[in-house]
Amino acid sequence: MKLHTLEAWSLRDLIRDGSVTSTDIVESFLDQIRARDAEIGAYITVCGEQALEAAKHSDERRREGRTLSDWDGIPAAIKDNISVKGVANTCGSHMLAQYHAPYDAHVVSLLKQAGMPILGKTNMDEFAMGSSTEFSALKTTRNPWDRQKVPGGSSGGSAAAVASHQAPWALGSDTGGSVREPAAFCGLVGIKPTYGRVSRRGLVAFASSLDQIGMLTHSVRDGAALLQLLAGHDELDSTSVRREVPSYESVLGAGASGLRVGLLGGASQQGLQPEIHEALEQAACFLADQGAEIQEHAFPLLDKAIETYYLVATAEASSNLARYDGVRYGLRVEGSDTGEMFRRTRSEGFGPEVKRRIMLGTYALSAGYYEAYYRKAQQVRTMIRDGFLELFEKVDVLLGPTTAASAFGFGEKPDPLQMYLTDIYTVPANLAGLPAIHVPVGLDHGGLPIGLQITASPFAETNALRSAAVLETFARNRGWNR
Amino acid sequence: MISREEVERTAALAHLTLTDQELEKMTGELASILDAVSSLQEVDTSAVVPTNHAVPLENVMRRDEQKPGLSRDEAVANGPDVVQSFFRVPRIMEEE
Repeated sequence: MKLHTLEAWSLRDLIRDGSVTSTDIVESFLDQIRARDAEIGAYITVCGEQALEAAKHSDERRREGRTLSDWDGIPAAIKDNISVKGVANTCGSHMLAQYHAPYDAHVVSLLKQAGMPILGKTNMDEFAMGSSTEFSALKTTRNPWDRQKVPGGSSGGSAAAVASHQAPWALGSDTGGSVREPAAFCGLVGIKPTYGRVSRRGLVAFASSLDQIGMLTHSVRDGAALLQLLAGHDELDSTSVRREVPSYESVLGAGASGLRVGLLGGASQQGLQPEIHEALEQAACFLADQGAEIQEHAFPLLDKAIETYYLVATAEASSNLARYDGVRYGLRVEGSDTGEMFRRTRSEGFGPEVKRRIMLGTYALSAGYYEAYYRKAQQVRTMIRDGFLELFEKVDVLLGPTTAASAFGFGEKPDPLQMYLTDIYTVPANLAGLPAIHVPVGLDHGGLPIGLQITASPFAETNALRSAAVLETFARNRGWNR
Repeated sequence: MISREEVERTAALAHLTLTDQELEKMTGELASILDAVSSLQEVDTSAVVPTNHAVPLENVMRRDEQKPGLSRDEAVANGPDVVQSFFRVPRIMEEE
Protein backbone atom coordinates (compact mmCIF):
# COMPACT_ATOMS: atom_id res chain seq x y z
CA MET A 1 0.00 0.00 0.00
CA LYS A 2 1.28 3.47 -0.86
CA LEU A 3 0.79 5.10 2.52
CA HIS A 4 2.18 8.44 1.42
CA THR A 5 -0.65 8.95 -1.08
CA LEU A 6 -3.36 8.82 1.60
CA GLU A 7 -5.04 11.74 3.34
CA ALA A 8 -4.36 12.08 7.08
CA TRP A 9 -7.80 10.72 8.01
CA SER A 10 -7.17 7.46 6.19
CA LEU A 11 -3.75 7.14 7.83
CA ARG A 12 -5.39 7.69 11.19
CA ASP A 13 -7.91 4.90 10.51
CA LEU A 14 -5.16 2.49 9.44
CA ILE A 15 -2.97 3.23 12.43
CA ARG A 16 -5.92 2.92 14.78
CA ASP A 17 -7.01 -0.52 13.60
CA GLY A 18 -3.42 -1.68 13.86
CA SER A 19 -2.77 -2.37 10.19
CA VAL A 20 0.16 0.07 10.03
CA THR A 21 2.52 1.72 12.52
CA SER A 22 3.65 5.32 12.73
CA THR A 23 7.10 4.07 11.72
CA ASP A 24 5.63 2.59 8.52
CA ILE A 25 3.96 5.91 7.75
CA VAL A 26 6.96 8.11 8.48
CA GLU A 27 9.26 5.77 6.50
CA SER A 28 6.86 5.92 3.57
CA PHE A 29 7.00 9.74 3.53
CA LEU A 30 10.79 9.82 3.99
CA ASP A 31 11.12 7.40 1.05
CA GLN A 32 8.95 9.68 -1.03
CA ILE A 33 11.05 12.71 -0.01
CA ARG A 34 14.20 10.86 -1.12
CA ALA A 35 12.53 9.91 -4.40
CA ARG A 36 10.88 13.23 -5.28
CA ASP A 37 12.37 16.22 -3.52
CA ALA A 38 15.49 16.62 -5.64
CA GLU A 39 13.08 17.45 -8.45
CA ILE A 40 10.39 19.36 -6.49
CA GLY A 41 12.48 21.23 -3.90
CA ALA A 42 9.77 21.46 -1.24
CA TYR A 43 11.96 21.06 1.84
CA ILE A 44 14.76 23.24 3.15
CA THR A 45 15.41 20.87 6.07
CA VAL A 46 14.33 17.24 6.37
CA CYS A 47 14.19 15.98 9.97
CA GLY A 48 14.41 12.28 9.10
CA GLU A 49 16.04 10.97 12.27
CA GLN A 50 13.91 13.01 14.65
CA ALA A 51 10.75 12.02 12.77
CA LEU A 52 11.62 8.31 12.97
CA GLU A 53 12.47 8.67 16.64
CA ALA A 54 9.11 10.37 17.29
CA ALA A 55 7.36 7.61 15.29
CA LYS A 56 9.07 4.95 17.39
CA HIS A 57 7.84 6.62 20.59
CA SER A 58 4.36 6.89 19.12
CA ASP A 59 4.33 3.18 18.31
CA GLU A 60 5.44 2.37 21.85
CA ARG A 61 2.65 4.49 23.28
CA ARG A 62 0.11 2.80 21.06
CA ARG A 63 1.29 -0.67 22.07
CA GLU A 64 0.94 0.36 25.70
CA GLY A 65 -2.48 1.90 25.19
CA ARG A 66 -1.47 5.47 26.08
CA THR A 67 -1.74 7.37 22.81
CA LEU A 68 -1.71 11.14 23.15
CA SER A 69 -4.46 11.94 20.62
CA ASP A 70 -6.34 10.61 17.59
CA TRP A 71 -3.45 11.89 15.49
CA ASP A 72 -0.65 10.28 17.48
CA GLY A 73 1.94 9.06 14.97
CA ILE A 74 0.66 11.03 11.95
CA PRO A 75 3.48 13.30 10.69
CA ALA A 76 3.33 16.87 9.36
CA ALA A 77 5.55 19.34 7.49
CA ILE A 78 6.12 22.89 8.77
CA LYS A 79 6.82 26.09 6.86
CA ASP A 80 10.31 27.40 7.53
CA ASN A 81 9.09 30.51 9.38
CA ILE A 82 7.42 28.49 12.17
CA SER A 83 9.85 27.59 14.95
CA VAL A 84 10.72 23.97 15.73
CA LYS A 85 13.14 23.82 18.64
CA GLY A 86 16.71 23.04 17.64
CA VAL A 87 15.91 23.03 13.91
CA ALA A 88 16.97 25.67 11.35
CA ASN A 89 14.29 28.34 10.81
CA THR A 90 15.59 30.15 7.73
CA CYS A 91 12.48 32.04 6.53
CA GLY A 92 13.96 31.40 3.07
CA SER A 93 16.55 34.11 3.75
CA HIS A 94 20.34 34.37 3.86
CA MET A 95 19.73 36.51 6.94
CA LEU A 96 18.58 33.47 8.97
CA ALA A 97 20.33 30.67 7.07
CA GLN A 98 22.31 29.71 10.20
CA TYR A 99 19.59 30.47 12.76
CA HIS A 100 18.21 27.59 14.86
CA ALA A 101 14.97 28.12 16.74
CA PRO A 102 15.53 28.08 20.51
CA TYR A 103 11.91 27.10 21.27
CA ASP A 104 8.84 25.51 19.70
CA ALA A 105 6.12 27.68 18.20
CA HIS A 106 2.87 27.22 20.11
CA VAL A 107 1.36 25.29 17.18
CA VAL A 108 4.41 23.03 17.03
CA SER A 109 4.11 22.29 20.78
CA LEU A 110 0.48 21.35 20.15
CA LEU A 111 1.45 18.97 17.33
CA LYS A 112 4.15 17.40 19.52
CA GLN A 113 1.72 17.10 22.45
CA ALA A 114 -0.62 15.27 20.08
CA GLY A 115 2.22 12.84 19.30
CA MET A 116 2.85 14.01 15.75
CA PRO A 117 6.32 13.63 14.20
CA ILE A 118 7.73 16.63 12.26
CA LEU A 119 9.00 15.62 8.81
CA GLY A 120 10.83 18.85 8.06
CA LYS A 121 10.75 22.54 7.22
CA THR A 122 9.48 23.77 3.88
CA ASN A 123 10.67 26.40 1.41
CA MET A 124 9.02 29.82 1.14
CA ASP A 125 9.40 33.28 -0.32
CA GLU A 126 11.93 35.19 1.77
CA PHE A 127 10.20 36.28 5.02
CA ALA A 128 6.90 35.17 3.39
CA MET A 129 7.02 38.08 0.94
CA GLY A 130 5.90 36.79 -2.42
CA SER A 131 3.29 34.78 -4.29
CA SER A 132 5.39 32.18 -6.12
CA THR A 133 8.24 31.06 -3.79
CA GLU A 134 10.57 32.48 -6.48
CA PHE A 135 11.82 34.94 -3.83
CA SER A 136 13.30 32.19 -1.65
CA ALA A 137 17.00 33.02 -1.33
CA LEU A 138 17.79 29.36 -0.68
CA LYS A 139 16.18 27.15 -3.33
CA THR A 140 13.63 26.74 -6.12
CA THR A 141 10.36 24.90 -5.50
CA ARG A 142 8.49 23.48 -8.49
CA ASN A 143 4.78 22.83 -8.90
CA PRO A 144 4.22 19.04 -8.71
CA TRP A 145 1.46 19.33 -11.37
CA ASP A 146 3.81 20.97 -13.89
CA ARG A 147 7.45 21.55 -13.04
CA GLN A 148 7.62 24.57 -15.36
CA LYS A 149 5.10 26.34 -13.11
CA VAL A 150 5.52 27.96 -9.71
CA PRO A 151 3.88 26.31 -6.68
CA GLY A 152 2.46 29.63 -5.51
CA GLY A 153 3.64 31.39 -2.39
CA SER A 154 4.67 32.25 0.04
CA SER A 155 3.92 28.78 1.53
CA GLY A 156 4.98 27.15 -1.76
CA GLY A 157 7.17 24.51 -0.13
CA SER A 158 4.35 23.35 2.14
CA ALA A 159 1.93 23.17 -0.80
CA ALA A 160 4.39 21.33 -3.03
CA ALA A 161 5.28 18.89 -0.21
CA VAL A 162 1.64 17.89 0.30
CA ALA A 163 0.75 17.86 -3.42
CA SER A 164 3.72 15.59 -4.21
CA HIS A 165 2.88 13.32 -1.23
CA GLN A 166 6.01 14.19 0.68
CA ALA A 167 3.82 15.04 3.71
CA PRO A 168 0.17 14.19 4.47
CA TRP A 169 -0.47 17.78 5.49
CA ALA A 170 1.48 20.91 6.31
CA LEU A 171 1.37 24.21 8.16
CA GLY A 172 1.84 27.51 6.38
CA SER A 173 1.32 31.18 7.19
CA ASP A 174 -1.09 33.51 5.43
CA THR A 175 -0.52 37.28 5.54
CA GLY A 176 -2.21 38.15 2.23
CA GLY A 177 -3.04 34.74 0.75
CA SER A 178 0.16 32.80 1.37
CA VAL A 179 -1.71 29.59 2.31
CA ARG A 180 -4.69 29.89 -0.04
CA GLU A 181 -2.85 30.86 -3.23
CA PRO A 182 -0.32 27.99 -3.11
CA ALA A 183 -3.21 25.66 -2.18
CA ALA A 184 -4.96 26.89 -5.34
CA PHE A 185 -1.90 26.40 -7.54
CA CYS A 186 -1.22 22.90 -6.15
CA GLY A 187 -4.81 21.54 -5.91
CA LEU A 188 -5.10 21.46 -2.11
CA VAL A 189 -7.47 22.68 0.56
CA GLY A 190 -5.97 25.79 2.20
CA ILE A 191 -7.36 27.28 5.40
CA LYS A 192 -6.66 30.73 6.79
CA PRO A 193 -8.38 30.90 10.18
CA THR A 194 -9.78 34.08 11.75
CA TYR A 195 -7.06 36.42 13.01
CA GLY A 196 -6.48 35.42 16.64
CA ARG A 197 -7.98 31.93 16.36
CA VAL A 198 -4.55 30.24 16.22
CA SER A 199 -1.56 31.48 18.21
CA ARG A 200 1.22 33.17 16.24
CA ARG A 201 3.88 32.65 18.93
CA GLY A 202 6.96 31.25 17.24
CA LEU A 203 5.87 32.40 13.77
CA VAL A 204 8.48 34.86 12.52
CA ALA A 205 6.63 38.17 12.14
CA PHE A 206 6.04 39.73 8.71
CA ALA A 207 2.97 41.96 9.21
CA SER A 208 1.68 41.34 12.71
CA SER A 209 -1.89 42.56 12.25
CA LEU A 210 -2.36 40.34 9.16
CA ASP A 211 -0.24 37.19 9.81
CA GLN A 212 -2.12 34.00 10.61
CA ILE A 213 -0.97 30.36 10.67
CA GLY A 214 -2.98 28.12 8.34
CA MET A 215 -3.21 24.56 7.03
CA LEU A 216 -2.62 22.88 3.65
CA THR A 217 -4.37 19.52 3.34
CA HIS A 218 -5.78 17.04 0.80
CA SER A 219 -9.34 17.32 2.09
CA VAL A 220 -11.69 19.58 4.03
CA ARG A 221 -11.96 17.03 6.83
CA ASP A 222 -8.17 16.91 7.18
CA GLY A 223 -8.16 20.71 7.35
CA ALA A 224 -10.92 20.70 9.98
CA ALA A 225 -9.00 18.17 12.07
CA LEU A 226 -5.76 20.15 11.94
CA LEU A 227 -7.58 23.39 12.77
CA GLN A 228 -9.24 21.61 15.71
CA LEU A 229 -5.81 20.67 17.05
CA LEU A 230 -4.36 24.17 16.73
CA ALA A 231 -7.22 26.58 17.51
CA GLY A 232 -7.39 28.13 20.95
CA HIS A 233 -5.98 30.72 23.30
CA ASP A 234 -2.27 31.01 24.06
CA GLU A 235 -1.40 33.21 26.99
CA LEU A 236 1.93 34.06 25.38
CA ASP A 237 0.29 35.54 22.26
CA SER A 238 -1.68 38.56 23.42
CA THR A 239 -3.55 38.70 20.09
CA SER A 240 -4.80 35.13 20.37
CA VAL A 241 -8.42 35.17 21.40
CA ARG A 242 -9.99 33.76 24.54
CA ARG A 243 -12.99 32.18 22.94
CA GLU A 244 -14.43 28.69 22.97
CA VAL A 245 -13.37 26.45 20.07
CA PRO A 246 -16.39 24.77 18.48
CA SER A 247 -16.32 21.28 16.99
CA TYR A 248 -15.22 21.69 13.38
CA GLU A 249 -15.63 18.08 12.32
CA SER A 250 -19.26 17.92 13.38
CA VAL A 251 -20.37 20.59 10.87
CA LEU A 252 -18.86 18.92 7.82
CA GLY A 253 -21.96 16.88 6.99
CA ALA A 254 -24.47 19.68 7.62
CA GLY A 255 -25.02 20.36 3.90
CA ALA A 256 -26.09 23.60 2.28
CA SER A 257 -29.74 23.68 3.26
CA GLY A 258 -30.66 27.14 4.55
CA LEU A 259 -27.14 28.46 4.05
CA ARG A 260 -27.06 32.06 2.80
CA VAL A 261 -24.31 32.34 0.18
CA GLY A 262 -23.20 35.70 -1.19
CA LEU A 263 -21.64 36.32 -4.59
CA LEU A 264 -19.81 39.56 -5.29
CA GLY A 265 -20.28 41.03 -8.72
CA GLY A 266 -18.58 44.03 -10.21
CA ALA A 267 -15.24 44.92 -11.67
CA SER A 268 -13.23 42.76 -9.28
CA GLN A 269 -14.63 39.62 -10.89
CA GLN A 270 -13.49 40.61 -14.37
CA GLY A 271 -10.42 39.07 -15.90
CA LEU A 272 -11.03 35.64 -14.40
CA GLN A 273 -9.75 32.63 -16.32
CA PRO A 274 -12.90 31.36 -18.12
CA GLU A 275 -12.71 27.94 -16.44
CA ILE A 276 -12.63 29.54 -12.96
CA HIS A 277 -15.54 31.79 -13.89
CA GLU A 278 -17.48 28.78 -15.13
CA ALA A 279 -16.69 26.76 -11.99
CA LEU A 280 -17.90 29.67 -9.87
CA GLU A 281 -21.24 29.82 -11.67
CA GLN A 282 -21.68 26.05 -11.53
CA ALA A 283 -20.78 25.94 -7.83
CA ALA A 284 -23.41 28.61 -7.09
CA CYS A 285 -26.02 26.52 -8.95
CA PHE A 286 -24.94 23.40 -7.08
CA LEU A 287 -25.25 25.17 -3.72
CA ALA A 288 -28.70 26.44 -4.72
CA ASP A 289 -29.72 22.89 -5.71
CA GLN A 290 -28.57 21.74 -2.28
CA GLY A 291 -30.89 24.23 -0.63
CA ALA A 292 -28.65 27.27 -0.21
CA GLU A 293 -30.02 30.76 -0.75
CA ILE A 294 -27.82 32.60 -3.27
CA GLN A 295 -27.62 36.38 -2.99
CA GLU A 296 -25.73 38.82 -5.18
CA HIS A 297 -24.06 41.80 -3.58
CA ALA A 298 -21.77 44.62 -4.61
CA PHE A 299 -18.68 45.62 -2.64
CA PRO A 300 -16.93 48.20 -4.86
CA LEU A 301 -14.44 49.19 -2.14
CA LEU A 302 -12.74 45.79 -2.53
CA ASP A 303 -11.17 47.24 -5.69
CA LYS A 304 -8.94 49.17 -3.26
CA ALA A 305 -7.97 46.12 -1.18
CA ILE A 306 -4.63 45.50 -2.88
CA GLU A 307 -3.52 49.11 -2.46
CA THR A 308 -4.59 49.10 1.19
CA TYR A 309 -2.90 45.79 1.84
CA TYR A 310 0.45 46.70 0.31
CA LEU A 311 0.67 49.86 2.41
CA VAL A 312 -0.35 48.25 5.71
CA ALA A 313 1.72 45.09 5.16
CA THR A 314 4.91 46.87 4.10
CA ALA A 315 4.65 49.44 6.90
CA GLU A 316 4.39 46.66 9.47
CA ALA A 317 7.13 44.68 7.75
CA SER A 318 9.54 47.60 7.76
CA SER A 319 9.07 47.85 11.51
CA ASN A 320 9.20 44.07 12.20
CA LEU A 321 12.32 43.54 10.10
CA ALA A 322 14.21 46.30 11.88
CA ARG A 323 15.26 43.57 14.34
CA TYR A 324 17.71 42.08 11.81
CA ASP A 325 20.75 44.14 12.68
CA GLY A 326 23.48 41.52 13.07
CA VAL A 327 23.64 41.84 16.86
CA ARG A 328 21.59 39.08 18.50
CA TYR A 329 20.96 36.45 15.84
CA GLY A 330 21.22 35.83 12.14
CA LEU A 331 23.79 37.10 9.70
CA ARG A 332 26.41 39.66 10.70
CA VAL A 333 28.62 41.43 8.21
CA GLU A 334 31.35 43.29 10.14
CA GLY A 335 31.84 47.02 9.76
CA SER A 336 34.09 49.68 11.25
CA ASP A 337 31.27 50.87 13.55
CA THR A 338 27.82 49.60 14.49
CA GLY A 339 26.06 51.76 11.88
CA GLU A 340 28.17 50.29 9.11
CA MET A 341 27.65 46.80 10.54
CA PHE A 342 23.85 47.30 10.49
CA ARG A 343 23.87 48.56 6.91
CA ARG A 344 26.20 45.88 5.57
CA THR A 345 24.35 43.11 7.37
CA ARG A 346 20.96 44.24 6.10
CA SER A 347 22.12 45.05 2.57
CA GLU A 348 23.76 41.64 2.13
CA GLY A 349 21.27 39.60 4.17
CA PHE A 350 18.00 40.71 2.54
CA GLY A 351 16.97 39.88 -1.02
CA PRO A 352 15.45 42.34 -3.52
CA GLU A 353 11.75 41.85 -2.68
CA VAL A 354 12.33 42.20 1.06
CA LYS A 355 14.34 45.38 0.46
CA ARG A 356 11.60 46.74 -1.80
CA ARG A 357 8.96 46.17 0.87
CA ILE A 358 11.11 47.60 3.66
CA MET A 359 11.67 50.68 1.50
CA LEU A 360 7.99 51.09 0.64
CA GLY A 361 6.97 50.61 4.29
CA THR A 362 9.64 52.97 5.60
CA TYR A 363 8.58 55.60 3.08
CA ALA A 364 4.87 55.18 3.92
CA LEU A 365 5.63 55.67 7.62
CA SER A 366 8.08 58.55 7.23
CA ALA A 367 7.37 62.14 8.23
CA GLY A 368 5.32 63.93 5.60
CA TYR A 369 3.91 60.75 4.04
CA TYR A 370 2.42 58.99 7.05
CA GLU A 371 -0.98 60.70 6.73
CA ALA A 372 -1.29 60.28 2.98
CA TYR A 373 -0.24 56.64 2.84
CA TYR A 374 -0.24 54.66 6.08
CA ARG A 375 -3.07 56.42 7.92
CA LYS A 376 -5.19 56.54 4.77
CA ALA A 377 -4.70 52.80 4.26
CA GLN A 378 -5.70 52.09 7.85
CA GLN A 379 -8.87 54.12 7.35
CA VAL A 380 -9.79 52.27 4.17
CA ARG A 381 -9.06 49.07 6.08
CA THR A 382 -11.71 50.08 8.62
CA MET A 383 -14.20 50.66 5.80
CA ILE A 384 -13.42 47.28 4.25
CA ARG A 385 -13.86 45.53 7.58
CA ASP A 386 -17.15 47.36 8.28
CA GLY A 387 -18.33 46.50 4.77
CA PHE A 388 -17.70 42.82 5.40
CA LEU A 389 -19.42 42.85 8.79
CA GLU A 390 -22.45 44.48 7.20
CA LEU A 391 -22.47 41.86 4.43
CA PHE A 392 -22.27 39.05 6.96
CA GLU A 393 -25.54 40.19 8.47
CA LYS A 394 -27.16 39.19 5.19
CA VAL A 395 -25.12 36.13 4.22
CA ASP A 396 -23.34 33.32 6.10
CA VAL A 397 -20.52 32.92 3.61
CA LEU A 398 -19.15 34.51 0.46
CA LEU A 399 -18.25 32.37 -2.54
CA GLY A 400 -15.66 33.65 -4.99
CA PRO A 401 -12.37 32.97 -6.73
CA THR A 402 -9.09 32.50 -4.85
CA THR A 403 -6.89 33.42 -7.80
CA ALA A 404 -7.72 34.90 -11.19
CA ALA A 405 -5.90 32.07 -12.95
CA SER A 406 -4.12 28.76 -12.40
CA ALA A 407 -0.37 28.54 -11.66
CA PHE A 408 1.93 30.74 -13.78
CA GLY A 409 5.39 29.97 -15.12
CA PHE A 410 8.78 30.82 -13.59
CA GLY A 411 9.83 34.38 -14.37
CA GLU A 412 6.42 35.22 -15.79
CA LYS A 413 5.84 38.14 -13.40
CA PRO A 414 9.06 40.17 -13.35
CA ASP A 415 7.27 43.41 -12.43
CA PRO A 416 6.60 43.69 -8.64
CA LEU A 417 3.16 45.24 -9.20
CA GLN A 418 2.10 42.35 -11.41
CA MET A 419 3.09 39.91 -8.68
CA TYR A 420 1.18 41.93 -6.07
CA LEU A 421 -1.98 41.77 -8.18
CA THR A 422 -2.06 37.95 -7.92
CA ASP A 423 -3.23 38.50 -4.31
CA ILE A 424 -6.29 40.52 -5.32
CA TYR A 425 -8.85 37.95 -4.10
CA THR A 426 -6.99 36.82 -1.00
CA VAL A 427 -5.93 40.03 0.79
CA PRO A 428 -9.46 41.17 1.81
CA ALA A 429 -9.76 38.30 4.34
CA ASN A 430 -6.48 39.35 5.96
CA LEU A 431 -7.41 43.04 6.09
CA ALA A 432 -10.69 42.18 7.84
CA GLY A 433 -9.30 39.25 9.88
CA LEU A 434 -11.81 36.80 8.35
CA PRO A 435 -11.54 33.02 8.00
CA ALA A 436 -11.26 31.85 4.38
CA ILE A 437 -10.82 28.46 2.75
CA HIS A 438 -9.64 27.48 -0.70
CA VAL A 439 -11.23 24.33 -2.13
CA PRO A 440 -9.95 22.71 -5.35
CA VAL A 441 -12.75 21.98 -7.84
CA GLY A 442 -11.05 20.69 -10.98
CA LEU A 443 -8.38 21.09 -13.64
CA ASP A 444 -8.11 23.66 -16.41
CA HIS A 445 -7.36 22.91 -20.07
CA GLY A 446 -3.65 22.79 -19.27
CA GLY A 447 -4.13 20.17 -16.56
CA LEU A 448 -3.51 22.62 -13.71
CA PRO A 449 -5.72 22.75 -10.60
CA ILE A 450 -8.34 25.46 -10.20
CA GLY A 451 -10.59 26.12 -7.23
CA LEU A 452 -12.79 28.52 -5.30
CA GLN A 453 -12.70 30.46 -2.06
CA ILE A 454 -15.19 30.53 0.79
CA THR A 455 -15.03 33.45 3.22
CA ALA A 456 -16.98 33.73 6.48
CA SER A 457 -17.44 36.21 9.32
CA PRO A 458 -14.91 36.35 12.18
CA PHE A 459 -14.79 33.05 14.14
CA ALA A 460 -17.38 31.43 11.83
CA GLU A 461 -14.94 28.77 10.63
CA THR A 462 -17.85 26.36 11.10
CA ASN A 463 -19.82 28.07 8.30
CA ALA A 464 -16.76 28.17 6.06
CA LEU A 465 -15.93 24.48 6.63
CA ARG A 466 -19.52 23.39 6.19
CA SER A 467 -19.66 25.21 2.83
CA ALA A 468 -16.23 23.92 1.85
CA ALA A 469 -17.42 20.35 2.42
CA VAL A 470 -20.34 20.97 0.04
CA LEU A 471 -17.92 22.41 -2.54
CA GLU A 472 -15.84 19.26 -2.16
CA THR A 473 -18.88 17.19 -3.16
CA PHE A 474 -19.43 19.56 -6.07
CA ALA A 475 -15.80 19.02 -7.11
CA ARG A 476 -16.13 15.24 -6.90
CA ASN A 477 -19.25 15.37 -9.06
CA ARG A 478 -17.27 17.28 -11.69
CA GLY A 479 -14.65 14.55 -11.70
CA TRP A 480 -12.01 16.18 -9.44
CA ASN A 481 -9.82 13.48 -7.99
CA ARG A 482 -6.75 14.49 -6.06
CA MET B 1 6.69 61.27 -7.96
CA ILE B 2 9.38 59.95 -5.62
CA SER B 3 12.84 61.33 -6.35
CA ARG B 4 16.17 59.56 -6.24
CA GLU B 5 17.09 61.72 -3.21
CA GLU B 6 13.97 60.59 -1.34
CA VAL B 7 14.82 56.97 -2.08
CA GLU B 8 18.33 57.55 -0.72
CA ARG B 9 16.94 59.20 2.41
CA THR B 10 14.48 56.32 2.92
CA ALA B 11 17.28 53.75 2.50
CA ALA B 12 19.26 55.56 5.19
CA LEU B 13 16.25 55.43 7.54
CA ALA B 14 15.96 51.68 6.89
CA HIS B 15 19.72 51.08 7.36
CA LEU B 16 20.10 49.82 3.81
CA THR B 17 22.90 50.72 1.43
CA LEU B 18 21.83 50.63 -2.20
CA THR B 19 24.28 50.54 -5.10
CA ASP B 20 23.79 53.11 -7.87
CA GLN B 21 22.16 50.44 -9.97
CA GLU B 22 19.83 49.34 -7.13
CA LEU B 23 18.97 52.96 -6.43
CA GLU B 24 18.02 53.53 -10.05
CA LYS B 25 15.84 50.42 -10.20
CA MET B 26 14.28 51.02 -6.76
CA THR B 27 13.33 54.61 -7.67
CA GLY B 28 11.46 53.42 -10.75
CA GLU B 29 9.75 50.54 -8.93
CA LEU B 30 8.71 52.59 -5.91
CA ALA B 31 7.40 55.31 -8.22
CA SER B 32 5.11 52.90 -10.03
CA ILE B 33 3.96 51.20 -6.79
CA LEU B 34 3.25 54.59 -5.15
CA ASP B 35 1.42 55.68 -8.27
CA ALA B 36 -0.80 52.60 -8.02
CA VAL B 37 -1.53 52.94 -4.29
CA SER B 38 -2.29 56.65 -4.59
CA SER B 39 -5.73 55.66 -5.95
CA LEU B 40 -6.65 55.32 -2.25
CA GLN B 41 -6.88 59.13 -2.22
CA GLU B 42 -10.15 58.76 -4.14
CA VAL B 43 -11.82 57.18 -1.09
CA ASP B 44 -13.56 59.60 1.26
CA THR B 45 -12.30 58.66 4.72
CA SER B 46 -13.09 61.94 6.47
CA ALA B 47 -15.01 60.40 9.40
CA VAL B 48 -13.28 57.03 9.54
CA VAL B 49 -11.24 55.76 12.47
CA PRO B 50 -8.09 53.90 11.36
CA THR B 51 -7.88 50.15 12.08
CA ASN B 52 -4.71 48.84 13.66
CA HIS B 53 -5.96 45.34 14.29
CA ALA B 54 -8.74 43.44 12.58
CA VAL B 55 -9.95 41.89 15.83
CA PRO B 56 -10.62 44.24 18.74
CA LEU B 57 -7.83 43.81 21.28
CA GLU B 58 -7.95 44.19 25.02
CA ASN B 59 -5.13 44.99 27.33
CA VAL B 60 -3.86 41.71 28.76
CA MET B 61 -2.85 41.56 32.43
CA ARG B 62 -1.09 38.78 34.27
CA ARG B 63 0.47 38.21 37.65
CA ASP B 64 4.11 39.14 37.90
CA GLU B 65 5.34 35.65 38.72
CA GLN B 66 8.58 33.93 37.91
CA LYS B 67 8.22 31.13 35.38
CA PRO B 68 10.75 28.91 33.66
CA GLY B 69 11.96 30.32 30.34
CA LEU B 70 15.00 30.14 28.08
CA SER B 71 18.30 29.90 29.91
CA ARG B 72 20.83 32.66 29.33
CA ASP B 73 22.95 30.39 27.16
CA GLU B 74 19.98 29.27 25.06
CA ALA B 75 18.84 32.85 24.63
CA VAL B 76 22.17 34.01 23.18
CA ALA B 77 23.07 30.78 21.33
CA ASN B 78 22.25 32.32 17.93
CA GLY B 79 24.41 35.39 18.49
CA PRO B 80 26.99 35.96 15.74
CA ASP B 81 29.62 37.08 18.27
CA VAL B 82 28.98 36.07 21.88
CA VAL B 83 31.44 36.50 24.73
CA GLN B 84 30.42 35.12 28.15
CA SER B 85 26.74 35.41 27.18
CA PHE B 86 27.16 39.01 26.04
CA PHE B 87 26.79 40.14 22.42
CA ARG B 88 29.99 41.76 21.22
CA VAL B 89 29.55 44.65 18.74
CA PRO B 90 31.99 47.09 17.14
CA ARG B 91 33.14 49.96 19.33
CA ILE B 92 30.49 52.68 19.61
CA MET B 93 32.61 55.27 21.46
CA GLU B 94 36.06 56.64 20.77
CA GLU B 95 38.85 55.59 23.11
CA GLU B 96 40.00 58.30 25.55
